[in-house]
Amino acid sequence: MAPRPRPLSPHLQIYRLPLTVVLSISHRITGAFLVLGVLLLVALLVAAAAGPQAYAAVHGHVAAWYGQLILFLSTFVLFFHFCNGIRHLAWDAGYGYEYPTVNLTAYVALGATVVLTLLVWIVAITAWWGS
Amino acid sequence: MMALRTPLAGARGLGSAKSGFSHWWMSRVTSIALVPLSLWFVFAVAALGGMDYAAFVAWVRSPLVTALLILSLAVTIYHMMLGLRVIIEDYVRPEALKVTGIIVMNFISILIGALGIIAVLKISLGAGS
Repeated sequence: MAPRPRPLSPHLQIYRLPLTVVLSISHRITGAFLVLGVLLLVALLVAAAAGPQAYAAVHGHVAAWYGQLILFLSTFVLFFHFCNGIRHLAWDAGYGYEYPTVNLTAYVALGATVVLTLLVWIVAITAWWGS
Repeated sequence: MMALRTPLAGARGLGSAKSGFSHWWMSRVTSIALVPLSLWFVFAVAALGGMDYAAFVAWVRSPLVTALLILSLAVTIYHMMLGLRVIIEDYVRPEALKVTGIIVMNFISILIGALGIIAVLKISLGAGS
Protein backbone atom coordinates (compact mmCIF):
# COMPACT_ATOMS: atom_id res chain seq x y z
CA MET A 1 0.00 0.00 0.00
CA ALA A 2 1.35 3.42 -0.99
CA PRO A 3 1.74 5.81 1.92
CA ARG A 4 -1.01 8.37 2.18
CA PRO A 5 0.23 11.71 0.74
CA ARG A 6 1.08 14.25 3.35
CA PRO A 7 -1.14 17.35 3.56
CA LEU A 8 0.31 20.29 1.66
CA SER A 9 0.40 23.99 2.42
CA PRO A 10 -1.56 26.15 -0.02
CA HIS A 11 0.46 26.54 -3.23
CA LEU A 12 0.90 30.30 -3.15
CA GLN A 13 1.11 30.75 -6.94
CA ILE A 14 -2.06 28.75 -7.63
CA TYR A 15 -4.23 29.00 -4.53
CA ARG A 16 -6.50 32.05 -4.65
CA LEU A 17 -5.99 33.69 -1.27
CA PRO A 18 -9.21 34.56 0.59
CA LEU A 19 -9.71 38.25 1.35
CA THR A 20 -9.10 37.64 5.07
CA VAL A 21 -5.67 36.17 4.28
CA VAL A 22 -4.75 39.09 2.01
CA LEU A 23 -5.71 41.55 4.75
CA SER A 24 -3.79 39.55 7.36
CA ILE A 25 -0.48 39.68 5.49
CA SER A 26 -1.20 43.27 4.40
CA HIS A 27 -1.41 44.24 8.07
CA ARG A 28 2.18 43.12 8.58
CA ILE A 29 3.43 44.63 5.31
CA THR A 30 1.76 47.99 5.99
CA GLY A 31 3.16 47.95 9.54
CA ALA A 32 6.68 47.49 8.17
CA PHE A 33 6.07 50.20 5.54
CA LEU A 34 5.05 52.66 8.26
CA VAL A 35 8.62 52.55 9.60
CA LEU A 36 9.41 54.76 6.57
CA GLY A 37 6.69 57.18 7.69
CA VAL A 38 8.29 57.39 11.15
CA LEU A 39 11.70 58.05 9.57
CA LEU A 40 10.23 60.79 7.35
CA LEU A 41 8.52 62.47 10.33
CA VAL A 42 11.67 62.37 12.48
CA ALA A 43 13.74 63.73 9.55
CA LEU A 44 11.31 66.64 9.19
CA LEU A 45 11.39 67.36 12.96
CA VAL A 46 15.19 67.19 13.15
CA ALA A 47 15.44 69.52 10.11
CA ALA A 48 12.98 71.97 11.69
CA ALA A 49 15.02 71.92 14.91
CA ALA A 50 18.19 72.66 12.90
CA GLY A 51 16.68 75.81 11.37
CA PRO A 52 14.89 77.25 8.34
CA GLN A 53 17.49 76.21 5.71
CA ALA A 54 17.56 72.56 6.76
CA TYR A 55 13.77 72.53 7.01
CA ALA A 56 13.42 74.05 3.54
CA ALA A 57 15.67 71.34 2.06
CA VAL A 58 13.59 68.48 3.50
CA HIS A 59 10.31 70.29 2.92
CA GLY A 60 11.25 70.80 -0.74
CA HIS A 61 11.29 67.02 -1.19
CA VAL A 62 8.05 66.59 0.78
CA ALA A 63 6.31 69.26 -1.32
CA ALA A 64 7.57 67.82 -4.65
CA TRP A 65 5.29 65.47 -6.60
CA TYR A 66 7.15 62.35 -5.45
CA GLY A 67 7.03 63.53 -1.83
CA GLN A 68 3.30 64.13 -2.09
CA LEU A 69 2.86 60.71 -3.71
CA ILE A 70 4.78 59.07 -0.83
CA LEU A 71 2.66 61.07 1.65
CA PHE A 72 -0.56 59.98 -0.06
CA LEU A 73 0.50 56.31 -0.02
CA SER A 74 1.61 56.70 3.62
CA THR A 75 -1.79 58.02 4.70
CA PHE A 76 -3.52 55.17 2.85
CA VAL A 77 -1.19 52.60 4.42
CA LEU A 78 -1.53 54.19 7.86
CA PHE A 79 -5.32 54.18 7.69
CA PHE A 80 -5.36 50.57 6.49
CA HIS A 81 -3.17 49.50 9.43
CA PHE A 82 -5.40 51.67 11.68
CA CYS A 83 -8.72 50.17 10.48
CA ASN A 84 -7.50 46.59 10.29
CA GLY A 85 -5.85 47.08 13.69
CA ILE A 86 -9.25 47.94 15.18
CA ARG A 87 -10.50 44.69 13.61
CA HIS A 88 -7.69 42.87 15.42
CA LEU A 89 -8.62 44.57 18.71
CA ALA A 90 -12.22 43.36 18.29
CA TRP A 91 -10.93 39.81 17.73
CA ASP A 92 -8.72 40.11 20.82
CA ALA A 93 -11.82 41.06 22.80
CA GLY A 94 -13.49 37.90 21.46
CA TYR A 95 -15.77 39.37 18.78
CA GLY A 96 -16.13 38.91 15.04
CA TYR A 97 -14.76 35.43 14.38
CA GLU A 98 -17.88 34.07 12.63
CA TYR A 99 -17.60 33.32 8.94
CA PRO A 100 -19.81 36.00 7.37
CA THR A 101 -18.63 38.57 9.93
CA VAL A 102 -14.89 38.27 9.15
CA ASN A 103 -15.56 38.99 5.48
CA LEU A 104 -17.93 41.83 6.29
CA THR A 105 -15.43 43.53 8.62
CA ALA A 106 -12.74 43.06 5.97
CA TYR A 107 -14.82 45.10 3.49
CA VAL A 108 -15.71 47.64 6.19
CA ALA A 109 -12.02 48.09 7.05
CA LEU A 110 -11.12 48.59 3.36
CA GLY A 111 -14.01 51.02 2.85
CA ALA A 112 -13.12 53.00 5.99
CA THR A 113 -9.49 53.16 4.79
CA VAL A 114 -10.55 54.76 1.50
CA VAL A 115 -12.97 57.17 3.22
CA LEU A 116 -10.43 58.30 5.86
CA THR A 117 -7.68 58.72 3.24
CA LEU A 118 -9.92 60.86 1.02
CA LEU A 119 -11.14 62.84 4.04
CA VAL A 120 -7.65 63.71 5.26
CA TRP A 121 -6.61 64.81 1.75
CA ILE A 122 -9.74 66.95 1.39
CA VAL A 123 -8.75 68.62 4.69
CA ALA A 124 -5.14 69.02 3.50
CA ILE A 125 -6.04 70.46 0.09
CA THR A 126 -8.67 72.79 1.60
CA ALA A 127 -6.15 74.06 4.17
CA TRP A 128 -3.53 74.48 1.45
CA TRP A 129 -5.90 76.59 -0.72
CA GLY A 130 -6.83 78.68 2.32
CA SER A 131 -3.23 79.45 3.34
CA MET B 1 0.32 44.22 34.75
CA MET B 2 -3.02 42.48 34.83
CA ALA B 3 -2.90 38.83 35.78
CA LEU B 4 -4.95 36.90 33.27
CA ARG B 5 -3.90 33.52 34.65
CA THR B 6 -5.14 32.12 37.92
CA PRO B 7 -2.58 31.49 40.69
CA LEU B 8 -3.40 27.78 40.33
CA ALA B 9 -2.42 27.84 36.64
CA GLY B 10 0.87 29.46 37.63
CA ALA B 11 1.51 26.94 40.37
CA ARG B 12 0.87 24.03 38.02
CA GLY B 13 3.59 25.40 35.78
CA LEU B 14 1.48 25.25 32.64
CA GLY B 15 1.70 27.87 29.94
CA SER B 16 4.58 30.05 28.89
CA ALA B 17 7.41 30.77 31.30
CA LYS B 18 8.62 33.64 29.09
CA SER B 19 7.45 37.18 28.43
CA GLY B 20 5.24 36.57 25.38
CA PHE B 21 2.07 37.67 27.10
CA SER B 22 3.57 41.00 28.16
CA HIS B 23 4.72 41.62 24.56
CA TRP B 24 1.27 40.80 23.18
CA TRP B 25 -0.45 42.94 25.81
CA MET B 26 1.76 46.02 25.32
CA SER B 27 1.28 45.75 21.57
CA ARG B 28 -2.50 46.01 22.17
CA VAL B 29 -2.23 48.78 24.78
CA THR B 30 -0.02 50.89 22.48
CA SER B 31 -2.40 50.29 19.56
CA ILE B 32 -5.34 51.53 21.67
CA ALA B 33 -3.34 54.65 22.60
CA LEU B 34 -2.48 55.18 18.93
CA VAL B 35 -6.14 55.25 17.85
CA PRO B 36 -6.70 58.83 19.11
CA LEU B 37 -3.03 59.88 18.76
CA SER B 38 -2.64 58.91 15.10
CA LEU B 39 -6.04 60.38 14.13
CA TRP B 40 -5.08 63.63 15.83
CA PHE B 41 -1.65 63.69 14.21
CA VAL B 42 -2.72 63.03 10.63
CA PHE B 43 -5.66 65.45 10.65
CA ALA B 44 -3.73 68.17 12.54
CA VAL B 45 -0.85 68.04 10.05
CA ALA B 46 -3.31 68.00 7.13
CA ALA B 47 -5.03 71.09 8.56
CA LEU B 48 -1.67 72.94 8.61
CA GLY B 49 -1.90 73.26 4.83
CA GLY B 50 1.38 74.23 3.14
CA MET B 51 3.53 73.61 6.26
CA ASP B 52 5.94 76.51 5.73
CA TYR B 53 8.66 76.82 8.39
CA ALA B 54 7.05 79.54 10.52
CA ALA B 55 3.65 77.82 10.58
CA PHE B 56 5.18 74.44 11.39
CA VAL B 57 7.34 75.78 14.23
CA ALA B 58 4.45 77.80 15.68
CA TRP B 59 2.29 74.67 15.62
CA VAL B 60 4.91 72.49 17.35
CA ARG B 61 5.40 75.17 20.05
CA SER B 62 1.85 75.05 21.32
CA PRO B 63 2.15 73.16 24.65
CA LEU B 64 -0.65 70.73 23.83
CA VAL B 65 0.91 69.94 20.44
CA THR B 66 4.36 69.50 22.01
CA ALA B 67 2.95 67.06 24.55
CA LEU B 68 0.90 65.11 22.01
CA LEU B 69 3.81 64.95 19.55
CA ILE B 70 6.16 63.56 22.21
CA LEU B 71 3.55 61.01 23.33
CA SER B 72 2.80 60.04 19.72
CA LEU B 73 6.49 59.53 18.97
CA ALA B 74 7.13 57.52 22.14
CA VAL B 75 4.09 55.26 21.73
CA THR B 76 4.62 54.85 17.97
CA ILE B 77 8.28 53.87 18.43
CA TYR B 78 7.34 51.38 21.18
CA HIS B 79 4.57 49.88 19.02
CA MET B 80 7.01 49.76 16.06
CA MET B 81 9.64 47.94 18.16
CA LEU B 82 7.10 45.34 19.29
CA GLY B 83 5.91 44.77 15.70
CA LEU B 84 9.37 44.65 14.12
CA ARG B 85 10.48 42.19 16.80
CA VAL B 86 7.74 39.75 15.75
CA ILE B 87 8.66 40.13 12.07
CA ILE B 88 12.35 39.44 12.85
CA GLU B 89 11.42 36.48 15.05
CA ASP B 90 9.28 35.00 12.27
CA TYR B 91 11.63 35.38 9.31
CA VAL B 92 15.25 35.69 10.46
CA ARG B 93 17.37 32.56 10.85
CA PRO B 94 19.75 31.35 12.28
CA GLU B 95 19.18 32.12 15.95
CA ALA B 96 22.31 34.25 16.39
CA LEU B 97 21.34 36.53 13.50
CA LYS B 98 17.79 36.75 14.84
CA VAL B 99 18.89 37.81 18.33
CA THR B 100 21.45 40.24 16.91
CA GLY B 101 18.82 41.67 14.59
CA ILE B 102 16.39 42.27 17.45
CA ILE B 103 19.05 44.02 19.54
CA VAL B 104 20.21 46.22 16.65
CA MET B 105 16.58 47.03 15.73
CA ASN B 106 15.89 48.03 19.35
CA PHE B 107 18.99 50.28 19.49
CA ILE B 108 18.17 52.03 16.18
CA SER B 109 14.50 52.46 17.14
CA ILE B 110 15.40 54.08 20.46
CA LEU B 111 17.88 56.35 18.68
CA ILE B 112 15.22 57.47 16.18
CA GLY B 113 12.72 58.02 18.99
CA ALA B 114 15.26 60.05 20.99
CA LEU B 115 16.09 62.17 17.91
CA GLY B 116 12.41 62.88 17.26
CA ILE B 117 11.58 63.77 20.86
CA ILE B 118 14.69 65.94 21.30
CA ALA B 119 13.90 67.74 18.03
CA VAL B 120 10.35 68.47 19.26
CA LEU B 121 11.74 69.76 22.59
CA LYS B 122 14.33 71.92 20.85
CA ILE B 123 11.71 73.52 18.60
CA SER B 124 9.26 73.88 21.46
CA LEU B 125 11.72 75.36 23.95
CA GLY B 126 12.89 78.04 21.60
CA ALA B 127 15.90 77.20 19.43
CA GLY B 128 15.96 77.66 15.69
CA SER B 129 13.75 80.68 15.18
